[in-house]
Amino acid sequence: MKTFPKGGVHPPESKLTAGCPTEVLPLPKSVVIPVSQHIGAPANVIVSKGESVRTGQAIAEGKGFVSAFIHSSVSGKVSKIDTIIDTTGYRQTAVFIDVEGDEWIESIDRSEEIVTGISLSQEEIVKKCSASGIVGMGGATFPSHVKLTVPAGKKCDVLIINGVECEPYLTSDHRLMLERGEEVLIGTTILMKALNVTRALVGIESNKKDAIEHMTRLASAFQGITVCPLKVKYPQGAEKQLIRALIKREVPSGKLPLDVNSVVHNVGTAFAVYEAVQKNKPLFERIVTVTGKSLARPGNYLVRTGTPVSRLIEAAGGLPEDTGKILSGGPMMGKALANTEVPVVKGTSGIVVLPKSDSSRSKAGPCIRCARCVSVCPIGLEPYLLMTLSEKGLFEKAEQERITDCMECGSCSFECPASRPLLDYIRLGKSTVIRMARERVTKK
Amino acid sequence: MSITIIITIVTLSLLALLSAVILYFIASKFKVYEDPRIDEVQAVLPAANCGGCGFAGCRNFAEALVKAETFEGLNCPVGGAPVMAEAARILGKEAVAVEPTVAVLLCNGSPEFRPHNTKYDGVPDCRIAHSLYLGETDCSYGCLGYGDCERACTFDALHMNPVTGLPEIIDDKCTACGACVKACPRHLLELRKKAKKDRKIYVACQNCDKGGPARRACKVACIACNKCFNVCKFEAITIANNLAYIDSYKCTFCRKCVTECPTGSILEINFPPRKAKTEAEPEGAAVKP
Amino acid sequence: MSNLLNVSPSPHVYGKETTRKLMLGVIIALVPALFASVFYFGYGAIIVTAVSVLSCVAFEYLIQRFVFRRQITINDFSAVVTGLLLAFNVPSNLPVFIIIIGAFVSIAIAKMTFGGLGNNPFNPALVGRVFMLISFPVQMTSWPVPKGFATGYLDAVTGATPLAIVKEGLKNGEPIQQLLAQIPTPARMFLGNMGGSMGEVAAAALILGGIYLLWKKIITWHVPVSVIGSIVIFTSILWLVNPEKNMDPVFHLLAGGVLLGAIFMATDYVTSPMNPRAMIIYGCGIGILTVIIRVWGAYPEGVSFAILIMNAFVPLMNAYIKPKRFGEVVKNG
Repeated sequence: MKTFPKGGVHPPESKLTAGCPTEVLPLPKSVVIPVSQHIGAPANVIVSKGESVRTGQAIAEGKGFVSAFIHSSVSGKVSKIDTIIDTTGYRQTAVFIDVEGDEWIESIDRSEEIVTGISLSQEEIVKKCSASGIVGMGGATFPSHVKLTVPAGKKCDVLIINGVECEPYLTSDHRLMLERGEEVLIGTTILMKALNVTRALVGIESNKKDAIEHMTRLASAFQGITVCPLKVKYPQGAEKQLIRALIKREVPSGKLPLDVNSVVHNVGTAFAVYEAVQKNKPLFERIVTVTGKSLARPGNYLVRTGTPVSRLIEAAGGLPEDTGKILSGGPMMGKALANTEVPVVKGTSGIVVLPKSDSSRSKAGPCIRCARCVSVCPIGLEPYLLMTLSEKGLFEKAEQERITDCMECGSCSFECPASRPLLDYIRLGKSTVIRMARERVTKK
Repeated sequence: MSITIIITIVTLSLLALLSAVILYFIASKFKVYEDPRIDEVQAVLPAANCGGCGFAGCRNFAEALVKAETFEGLNCPVGGAPVMAEAARILGKEAVAVEPTVAVLLCNGSPEFRPHNTKYDGVPDCRIAHSLYLGETDCSYGCLGYGDCERACTFDALHMNPVTGLPEIIDDKCTACGACVKACPRHLLELRKKAKKDRKIYVACQNCDKGGPARRACKVACIACNKCFNVCKFEAITIANNLAYIDSYKCTFCRKCVTECPTGSILEINFPPRKAKTEAEPEGAAVKP
Repeated sequence: MSNLLNVSPSPHVYGKETTRKLMLGVIIALVPALFASVFYFGYGAIIVTAVSVLSCVAFEYLIQRFVFRRQITINDFSAVVTGLLLAFNVPSNLPVFIIIIGAFVSIAIAKMTFGGLGNNPFNPALVGRVFMLISFPVQMTSWPVPKGFATGYLDAVTGATPLAIVKEGLKNGEPIQQLLAQIPTPARMFLGNMGGSMGEVAAAALILGGIYLLWKKIITWHVPVSVIGSIVIFTSILWLVNPEKNMDPVFHLLAGGVLLGAIFMATDYVTSPMNPRAMIIYGCGIGILTVIIRVWGAYPEGVSFAILIMNAFVPLMNAYIKPKRFGEVVKNG
């Protein structure tokens, strides 16, 4: 079975919710929709306090090319525009909406019928994605229309659909493939048309046997789409690792997948593209896995963006007494939340509740130079060295050691027998080096 | 036997001679001329290599002093006026008087005013915590308390207080080298003019949020209510970014703003106690002896 | 315990390995060899091992308690591993005071002066061993003849190791056939029934331990395979060129400390390189140096010296030999 060759770890999968069909979460009383749910410039708010909005109406517009539209996920009245602590851990501007009924804008096709024929042209598809606020649904939330725009001089010959879901606990993509497989594949066909490619590969890890079977059966009806089972290994869902695993091309350091003639999109993104293009429905809801060994009813929920995390945890049986940590995203790369009022955003793939016993770090010991961090690093870096360099403030040296290639997958910290905070320091070094490099450019 | 000894002595001596000649030529070829005054000036500098002057170390600063036309903009904050005067004497230049400064922490958010609502479980390093989230409290501008400034201080002048979780500066030891100012990821340390008896009046807050959220996060936050601005007769107070700022070069220590401040975010340090007058003492002023 | 939520940077799950578990794994892997040495050398082996382990742990404790005044970390078992390896590298009739001196050199000088676990450039057990070898050459090279449990401790009958027999014999110009008659057969050597250091004799037990280490992923194959491989290749060449003057590779592999060195000493985490490429170079260096010392050097055995010499190169290798980076820019054409 295919996989990427270098490094990687295999954390306990803990996919508790793989067999739980997606449930629709009832509408909350109010939602808080941050205007920065994507990588790039925050969107400009275009509604004002007291204004009535309908479900699917744009409430903030993208500012510049790398930005995304934000749509209201509910109908109701804008109660205020204020700041809220979101998943980034900082205060961001957000639109607060009090829910009144659930009135959708007319243009959205709410029928259950699956639309197969693609009527839009290449440019229209990209435009539609941009106007519908589609971002990468795997968690990085990079605006999709940017990835669909192939710059002059570059070409793309294969589209890769990421159904790997290598993070432990999370099952939202898994359920999506099982329940909305056909839509995902139509979305894939739309993306292929937008990129003008004839070949698409869907990578799925082999711990999702049912999804692989289901998707393979469906894909036989689609031209150019192949489903590829992959060996279970973290971080296979990382763009560069997935490209290496599927088509044996290595994206050079500091370059993009387009430099090896490929583009990667998440299955969630493919589904969102389907809904935007075929159903005229902007991105305002997503499947969120709410899970944790201590939760009474872990499950997968279809959630409107802006719903507070507390509502999700309530639906899953309430917050257990001994909760020590709540994560947005998976346990390897997710962010720990400071409180449960944080709203669900486009990139929230899961909420993981960890009990107290699993939520504290062990005390770090001295590095015994066992070289495990080096052997698990999927990029071939030397985490022990990078940590020491950034701890000592030797950022120039860290730059030479290519600290910026680190994708913060956390394999090194996961594996370290001395529980050393390798990634914490590497992340610090990486951000410092990037800042230094930017300063160098502006000085010149 | 004796012939072996002679051969040994001769070969080794020749080897030594050859090496000496090579060394001589290399040394003369790579000789670098240095102004002898650099050594002299360096000798009077404090040799702390703290970087407070803006140069990498004392030697670089000495070189800069020797090269410089005037001492304008060049100052050794550690050595202060005596050292600069001595350097000026050596180089035959005029010393420029620079007023001594001292580091001040612009935050007073001890747990009593700013309750903790999460527990940070990462590396105790302010930069890492700062890049992760707003911190253990609701204030995303205040002191995180993991002691980056304490580690940066080479003069033992700054220590974390375990009760308040805030750094405390020992004015007598502080040389105003600025290492802590650079180390703080939230820019909470400022070099302010050193006054008589180490007296200080300053706004101990950097929270740029509007009044409401700022006050909710911390009881002693500056809410930019303008009261101090209105009461100040010396134009020492400015308001920007939802924050009041007192210019230490204009402040005359009249202490009017301190009593005016509704949240107690303006601190007065090292003043004699006021005459008994109700509510004159703001609650946050008692942090320093 | 407060009821506040924890917040920390990712990752939020951790692997099960700890330093202590890894060290315990090494100790478990050394158990078969310990049994073998007790089986061949009697209770002397137990005395030597116990003294060595106890004094290593005691020195580490004392130094951390009274010199460093830091947290005591003897429960990470690294001092136990050092003690075991030190004992395995000496004859089973070594007087107690010499062992204690060796343990002191290992822990106090080779390990703690550099800052303790993780910071020592040289393998502590080997530094202790080499110190004893140089300071007490007679005691360190009077090998008891294995007689099972009947072997006494200090009054044991001593004999030479196969390597010493060969070295001496070749120096005196004895023909190789005559020497072969004096040394044990390969099968006997494989089981460990010969003179030598306590832990190094039983190849079978060491290989068993090595398999355990590899199975538990405590070590990787790179170092042991490259050490053994380079020794086999190098001695094969010498043997094929001149079988009259050189011993066969099987002899070189089974005699002396090659297996102990390759599996347990060269793979020491702290003093071995950090990436596979460097590990292979390091291992080959050890193998080649070992053979050079054995064949042309003054000592009959060279594994300890070879490992220490290569230890010195480890920082250099770490600095210049880098793992293959993902997406390394490959120049086209």
